[in-house]
Amino acid sequence: MTTREIRNFIIAAALLALCALLPVYGSPYWLTMGTTMAMFAVLATSWALFSGPTHYISLATAAFFGVGTFVTGLGFQSLPFWALPLIAAGIGAVLAALVGLVTLRLSGVYFVIFTLGLAEMVRQVVTWVQNQTGHRGMYVLTSITEREIYWMLVGLGALVYLLGWLIGRSRLGFALRIIGNDETVAKHLGIDTALAKVALFMVPGAVAAAVGAMLAPRYIYIEPATAFAPLLSFQVVIMALLGGTGRLWGPIAGVIPFTLLWEVITRQAPNQTLLLLGIAFLLIVYVLPGGFVGLWDRLRRRYGGQP
Amino acid sequence: MIRRTIMTGAAAAALFAGSLGAAGAQDTILLGAAAPQTGPLAGGATVTHWPAVRLWVQQTNEDGGLQVGDQQMTIELVEYDDQTNPQQAIQAAQRMATQDEVDFMVAPYSTGLNLAAAPIFAQLGYPMITGTAVTDQQPALAAQFPNMFFVLGRTSVMAEDTAQLLVDMRERGDLGDRVALVNVADAFGIEMAGISKAILEENGFEIVYETSYPLGTQDLAPVIDGARAAEADAFIAWSYPGDTFALTDQAIVQNFAPQVFFTAVATAFPAYQERFGDQIEGVLGMGGVNADDPAFQEFAQAHMEMAGQAPDYWASAATYAALEILGQAIEGAGTTDRAAVLEYLQDQSHEYATILGPVNFNENNDNERYWTVGQWQDGVFRGVASQGRDGVTEVETFDGWN
Repeated sequence: MTTREIRNFIIAAALLALCALLPVYGSPYWLTMGTTMAMFAVLATSWALFSGPTHYISLATAAFFGVGTFVTGLGFQSLPFWALPLIAAGIGAVLAALVGLVTLRLSGVYFVIFTLGLAEMVRQVVTWVQNQTGHRGMYVLTSITEREIYWMLVGLGALVYLLGWLIGRSRLGFALRIIGNDETVAKHLGIDTALAKVALFMVPGAVAAAVGAMLAPRYIYIEPATAFAPLLSFQVVIMALLGGTGRLWGPIAGVIPFTLLWEVITRQAPNQTLLLLGIAFLLIVYVLPGGFVGLWDRLRRRYGGQP
Repeated sequence: MIRRTIMTGAAAAALFAGSLGAAGAQDTILLGAAAPQTGPLAGGATVTHWPAVRLWVQQTNEDGGLQVGDQQMTIELVEYDDQTNPQQAIQAAQRMATQDEVDFMVAPYSTGLNLAAAPIFAQLGYPMITGTAVTDQQPALAAQFPNMFFVLGRTSVMAEDTAQLLVDMRERGDLGDRVALVNVADAFGIEMAGISKAILEENGFEIVYETSYPLGTQDLAPVIDGARAAEADAFIAWSYPGDTFALTDQAIVQNFAPQVFFTAVATAFPAYQERFGDQIEGVLGMGGVNADDPAFQEFAQAHMEMAGQAPDYWASAATYAALEILGQAIEGAGTTDRAAVLEYLQDQSHEYATILGPVNFNENNDNERYWTVGQWQDGVFRGVASQGRDGVTEVETFDGWN
């Protein structure tokens, strides 16, 4: 490790500790906000791990998230709670692999459409199964507090950052950057592009499912319509792109201001939250193509410092 | 040293007096309310929830507010949109409690959002009197959230009463044996269809047609077509607002007129009557009220004047009643201290006078007297079956779309 890496690790560890201690120094209000932020930070960061280098826009977050909540809904009475996010992650990864095998040979827009449809498809399948089995609405009544959910999310977040860092240094990460720049070149270099993409797509799938499993106790009543709400997928995409996907810390730089702004808008002009989503999207396209990360890099280039 | 002690003592005394003064000066109760103003349930909430909440606040203030101890306190309403999103419902409750520092909160709209907000209400120590949560989990929920109260009733009982109504009608000789049973394919529809099917079969009814359709299905012609082809005597649909309208529409188009036509949620909405006019005479639906009770009529009149629309004939009154209960509990406890008010509510001996009639809560924080089935009769949706309520009207046979 270089000294620079060691320095970064120390900074990351300090920030992580600061986040983890939020329940100690923050008010309950900030804990609730923090839980929402942690949820989006984990989702957006894992989303960017795949979509950043490959430029495939995935709208499947809601599908994986919903699957995760249902894993908890079905299993929380018979299994210890710590096992549920793991099981959810496993199912999420398998689902992502299946979807990836089918769609990642397709290019850009087909993939987007398919992932958008996936959440709806899974929702309908779940509903159909419930209908066939005469299954009832699910109540997840546990003693898990918001503080514990927050800590689980922070822990998962740390894991995602570590994984992102490792992937960035690995052959897989390198291969994906080449694919993102030019897939034909990547193929000619002998990279198994389909396999590389599928392998990495499993990461956001597993993470989103685990997040869903962790958050289910917060929702208490689980029904397909709310578990698979498509808005979640769009929020994650917007936040990640706003922050920028070029660096590991990019998405969280989008999540924090966006969540705060969303909260302000909700308080001041409750009917305009969707407008915020639209404006943020326009802003990304026209003004901030690389998100805050891109802006930061541009400013650094212009005003000295390293390129 | 002595001087410093005296100074500190004086400062403490000043602070104490200050805080007393502040408490004494407060003559308003802050009431927080978060419910859908956007999102899938915004339509239902603007019919059922918001007008009832605003009306109660307005009327209470016009009457001079609540008598809390020896003080007359008016109510100030703080409103938020939860976007029909459980995440936002939780955040809104948290925000109202810690940022706006509201004294009390109105329970949200719909079963799902109420349950999502329940832990945060419990954790913050706010009484939560729900007017729009229907569930069967009252015992488990009340055990986990002792601050949560239920006014609207139990789902399973509503399914049972609907099936029982058919049994009674057949005994009277008004109904044949053949039933078409359909449901929206989600937790609510599946559960209700399951319960009513069991009772109907037990009583020797023949289920001649049975199907379900996904939530949000636009074209329900095949469902009505199927029920008509099966020559059903009774049509029972465990439906949501969108499909309630679509099914009725199709039944009119195809002139499918069995002896019993039942659609579930939203049949009691004023919009249902506006849309179909006199044609719905005899249609059965979920819920109901005692439409002849002067208390309800007065409420409906005031609702009309304030919101420009009639209340629905079911949960509007329950939402309003939930606030009446809260107000009476605050007056009864004689303080705005939430713990004391909660204690008052938890005392099962207390009874509350509401537009639904008297309400009290059992050991599961559950109101045991509520309406289950209603019927459109002479342009009014009257309760035809209830648990322990007065004013039940005799059910009529459906005699076709006029």
